[in-house]
Amino acid sequence: MNKLVVSPSPHARSAESVPKLMYGVMISLIPALGVSIYFFGISVLIITAVSVLSCVLFEFLIQKYMLKGKPSHKDGSAILTGMLLAFTLPANLPVWIVIIGALVAIGVGKMTFGGLGNNIFNPALVGRVFLFISFPVAMTSWPEPLQRLKYINAETGATPLAVMKEGMGKQPVSEIMNELPGYLDMFIGKMMGSVGEVAAIALLIGLIYLLWKKIITWHIPVTILATVVVFTGILWLIDPESYADPLFHLLTGGLLLGAIYMATDYVTSPMTKKGMIIYAIFIGIITVLIRVFGAYPEGVQFAILIMNAFVPLLNKYIKPKRFGKEVKHG
Amino acid sequence: MGLLTFSLGGIHPPENKISAGKKIESPGLPEIVTIPLAQHLGAPSKVVVARGDTVKTGQIIAEANGFVSTNIHSSVTGKVLKVDLFPDSSGYRRQAVQIQVEEDDWVEGIDLSDTLVKDFDKSQDEIRKIILNSGIVGLGGATFPSHVKLMTPKGKTAEYLIINGVECEPYLTADHALMLEKHDELIVGVRILMKGLGVEKAIIGIENNKPDAIKIMEKASAEFDSIVVKPLKVQYPQGGEKQLVQALLKREVPSGGLPIDVGVVAFNVGTVYASYLAVQKNRPLLERVVTVTGKSVKKPSNFLTRVGTPVSYLIEKAGGLPEDTAKVINGGPMMGKALSRLDVPIVKGSSGILLLMEEEAYRKETQSCIRCTKCVTVCPMGLEPYLLMTQAEKAMYEEMEGEKVMDCIECGSCVYTCPSSRPLLDYIRLGKGELGKILRARKAV
Ligand code: SF4
Ligand code: SF4
Repeated sequence: MNKLVVSPSPHARSAESVPKLMYGVMISLIPALGVSIYFFGISVLIITAVSVLSCVLFEFLIQKYMLKGKPSHKDGSAILTGMLLAFTLPANLPVWIVIIGALVAIGVGKMTFGGLGNNIFNPALVGRVFLFISFPVAMTSWPEPLQRLKYINAETGATPLAVMKEGMGKQPVSEIMNELPGYLDMFIGKMMGSVGEVAAIALLIGLIYLLWKKIITWHIPVTILATVVVFTGILWLIDPESYADPLFHLLTGGLLLGAIYMATDYVTSPMTKKGMIIYAIFIGIITVLIRVFGAYPEGVQFAILIMNAFVPLLNKYIKPKRFGKEVKHG
Repeated sequence: MGLLTFSLGGIHPPENKISAGKKIESPGLPEIVTIPLAQHLGAPSKVVVARGDTVKTGQIIAEANGFVSTNIHSSVTGKVLKVDLFPDSSGYRRQAVQIQVEEDDWVEGIDLSDTLVKDFDKSQDEIRKIILNSGIVGLGGATFPSHVKLMTPKGKTAEYLIINGVECEPYLTADHALMLEKHDELIVGVRILMKGLGVEKAIIGIENNKPDAIKIMEKASAEFDSIVVKPLKVQYPQGGEKQLVQALLKREVPSGGLPIDVGVVAFNVGTVYASYLAVQKNRPLLERVVTVTGKSVKKPSNFLTRVGTPVSYLIEKAGGLPEDTAKVINGGPMMGKALSRLDVPIVKGSSGILLLMEEEAYRKETQSCIRCTKCVTVCPMGLEPYLLMTQAEKAMYEEMEGEKVMDCIECGSCVYTCPSSRPLLDYIRLGKGELGKILRARKAV
């Protein structure tokens, strides 16, 4: 017999691994991708493929030639960042802009901090917000659904949130709502919006899958959504003709995508359950503040990035419940 | 209501109880036994025999050296070959008595029959004395001298006796086998310990992956209102004292404290059985049930093994060392120690010998922390293993005190669950060690 292996306990490991978790998230994105392909057709495939490939390529190149570290492009995280970035873009965005977005997401959002695990901001959102600021026109023209074979040449229009922002204060909410798709259409994703954010139903299926596979816990997504519902609900109860109802806020824009996929990013969200809840409440509040009172129609991306910056602080001061500190009878 | 369990953290590794249902067997006597003098927590015992002496089975060969210490008995009859340093399961060489086995002639007055003796008339003091004289220590693995636990410190009151029949370590089945075969003896043992401790209530906690043990123990204890059996939901590390007390009574042992701080004293079923034998049969602790198991082991077994028996002897009796063995563990896969050699002896604290195959033996490559929070979620003590590891890496030992590193029970749940295979516990141990030095230095000033 060879020499015995000696190492400290434990001697058993779970089957968890980083790629497994990443692929789990990707699987949960399939319904949203499917619905998006159904409504926006071929352009979704182009955008997603370009985004994923460039993210992986940039990760590989930066690791190999600039950081000279262990190549990490195989752990799946770059593929996931690419998918999530694509999901936040309009389907008619030109390829070269997508590539710039990927470069910023990976290069600035992830690698400048030292790669996976060290970044403070969600890389996909860093890329998305950079594009939003640099290419405001291209990033706010949205193809209308069901022009499946068109790409950059698609007819465009405004998102429901933009229409709402435009009209608010000038005309009653009920009138604005008449110009918008019905709730059922919004629920299944038949409206204008980014590639992956339109289909509420598909995103919720993704959420259930993530919870079932224990890839994420309910704390962040549910708290964000609940906060938005409560906050917009209060405004709506005060004056239903000036403020849209909570359901409108839930179904439109990037809220579900943000709450389920962006805010829950492991690296950039808090390490304790209590921390997660505080983080999520603030994301909900900031989102509504921007949407209702701010300059932009949508605020969830900014809300998440702002709260990402507070995560180190939350981790420092919010500690898990320790065993044996105080005796609580439940 | 759901089944009881502890509330913070926890994992559920594959149970792999391959040897469950295997009857307790004797593996016979080896040619030579090596009996270490430090088999328990506390001061090593003082040896009272010398080279060339003839000793009988059950004869004291080393005496308790102080209050937190205990007696050690010869587990065989034969000639003392040497009192010297021998390698033990830690890999270090420590004082031990080596005996050439000649026969199995027990000391006068020990009852070797299997008849159940139910009644006892010993007083509390007598019970404590017998437990000390019989060399009984915690057989769950902690090996804390049992007589010390029976002496409630001033200012504290014991209210409950808790019996640990959880056996939450995967693979191990020694306690399970004992409950199935010695249930009536165990209940007598529980009554003895209740008296020794001076409490009116006892709770036996058993995880519900052992329904046969739950049933049989319930039946055996039915006539005593003061003894209840409570089934527990399977969750690791429920056998940890603090976790078990919390699961059964919803009482949290304070940080740095002992179960007695919340009115509880806990004993493992193996210890209860040893107490029965000591008080009712006058039999000192010189053998214990040891599970020998592993996926490629030919004859997974529960062996009633004499202390001092070489591990290699037990493996032979379980069908020999399989070709593909890469790691041999003294204990279970979560908290057991990997052995560097197989000639080391079984001691009072050895609950199992686990043989791991090549593909189970190695660690996976470490990746960066992705801050998935899984280690925080599973930690039964409410610690943040990822943070403790970072602090230990940066030698920030004093900061680790505030993060409660000393509360870590080294259960390994964090390492088990980490998707990046980070060696969290290695660093936490390092931190505990270094911080321990700092704390001792602070006290000395
Ligand atoms: S080994 Fe320590 S830090 Fe890790 S889970 Fe167990 S108690 Fe927590
Ligand atoms: S489980 Fe591992 S990867 Fe996850 S937070 Fe803990 S140390 Fe980091």
